[in-house]
Amino acid sequence: MENDYIVKAEGLQVYYGASHVLHGVDFSVKKGETVSLMGRNGMGKTTTLRSILGFVPPKEGKVEIFGQDMTGARPFNVIKRHLAYVPEGRGMFHNLSVREHLEMPARAGMDGKRRWTFDRVMETFPRLSERLDNMGSQLSGGEQQMLAIGRALMTNPELLILDEATEGLAPLIREEIWRIIQIIKNDGISTIIVDKNIGPILDMADRNIILVKGNIVFEGTSDQLREDPEILARNIGV
Amino acid sequence: MDLTTILIQLLNSVQYGLLLFLISSGLTLVFGIMGVINLAHGAMYMIGAYLAYAFVEWSGSFSVALLLGIPVMLVVGIIIERFLIDHLYKKDHLFQVLLTFGLILILNDLQSLIWGNDTHGVPIPEVLSGSITLTDTMQYPVYRLTVSAICLVLALGMYWVIQKTRLGMTIRAGASNREMVEALGINVRTLFTIIFAAGVALAGLGGMISAPLSSVYPGMGDSVLIICLVVVVIGGIGSIKGAFWGAMLIGLVSTFGPILIPSLASVMVYLVMAIVLLVKPRGLFA
Repeated sequence: MENDYIVKAEGLQVYYGASHVLHGVDFSVKKGETVSLMGRNGMGKTTTLRSILGFVPPKEGKVEIFGQDMTGARPFNVIKRHLAYVPEGRGMFHNLSVREHLEMPARAGMDGKRRWTFDRVMETFPRLSERLDNMGSQLSGGEQQMLAIGRALMTNPELLILDEATEGLAPLIREEIWRIIQIIKNDGISTIIVDKNIGPILDMADRNIILVKGNIVFEGTSDQLREDPEILARNIGV
Repeated sequence: MDLTTILIQLLNSVQYGLLLFLISSGLTLVFGIMGVINLAHGAMYMIGAYLAYAFVEWSGSFSVALLLGIPVMLVVGIIIERFLIDHLYKKDHLFQVLLTFGLILILNDLQSLIWGNDTHGVPIPEVLSGSITLTDTMQYPVYRLTVSAICLVLALGMYWVIQKTRLGMTIRAGASNREMVEALGINVRTLFTIIFAAGVALAGLGGMISAPLSSVYPGMGDSVLIICLVVVVIGGIGSIKGAFWGAMLIGLVSTFGPILIPSLASVMVYLVMAIVLLVKPRGLFA
């Protein structure tokens, strides 16, 4: 059904100055779906996300959010249509406390309800509740990542976009992040996951997309990738 | 100096410092959050002073002048931000300097066209024209105390808004990571308009309430701009707290400096700035 789509992007052509970064990428996410975006560094994963969100408007192509044309719209306008973005690097505010990070963007979701409240974020991320008065810059990498995800959840999104959410984290913390992503998935929130940990991604994703040099070279289920490891070996190098 | 003189000078320096803070706060916020150097900030102070003069002439009441002047300043701020500053966000600082410097020239000429080049005075409002007796021989004007009180209330109000409200959190977040604020679905452009208009209104209000203390004259904003830039740099660009302590420091230095070392009176403030920057190159609270 057409209106099942949260994000529907077609033929995205993106340039950084003279360099052609995305060569006609089609990308969509349906309600309740978990989609992974894989590829080596510099293949256009982050650019795909950022062009959908309006940070890097595509030169050609179309971006629809919940069926509404948002091509070229400003990022806040795209994101407030019930998307949440956890960028690579976590986007902490060094001068806001943990509590303020969560209070600042809090809003109701699409149905007008607040399923994710301050208390629920505290339950999900008990580590944060011990550091409520710390500033964003005083947290460890793992705590920053939890705060970035908690902050995104406070906007009660329909779609959560996670760019390299486990990058640079210790294995135990990484597992904790994957556990949280599973909770979010179980909660019915759609997710786009960009990550380098193939194992957890395949367990989590309903659909996987592999980008090579700004082109989609594979799109399919996790089982397809498990059955044909050659695809991953050739395009990602694992 | 006897104790009473020191007390009076102290009151003067606090009053001057608070007034400087009121004017500088907008400058530092606009610079720190929006990344825009608004050289026309002093001209906003001047417009405020002339509006006070014009509205007092017209209505005979200083309160009416304030009530009319503040909304006018807000509108001036919104217009300048929407139609001029808006084009500068993604440009080099040189463009900002050129445009806002040009704005100073235009506004000074407009002032000259509308009000002429004479120096004007604004009478101190009747109810506040008295003095408080400190000793048998020393008195302190009530209006100066009122100015301090207004600035103090506004400073506390500003502190409350910035520290305790969601708007304040968003403003602070914007100073730290503008793109992330946008990535949370918040319209940073609207935030900028609010900050800029508030900054202009505060500078204008500074001009209005200082009009009865000093005279109203052409180019009066230029020296205010310089001293506010000193305050902002001393305090640390973008820091409201820094602007407060920077302003208090400059208030003290420019009141007591000329008394203690008269030969250095004209350079005292810059000397203090140089020393602060030698110790803390990014300012006190950056």
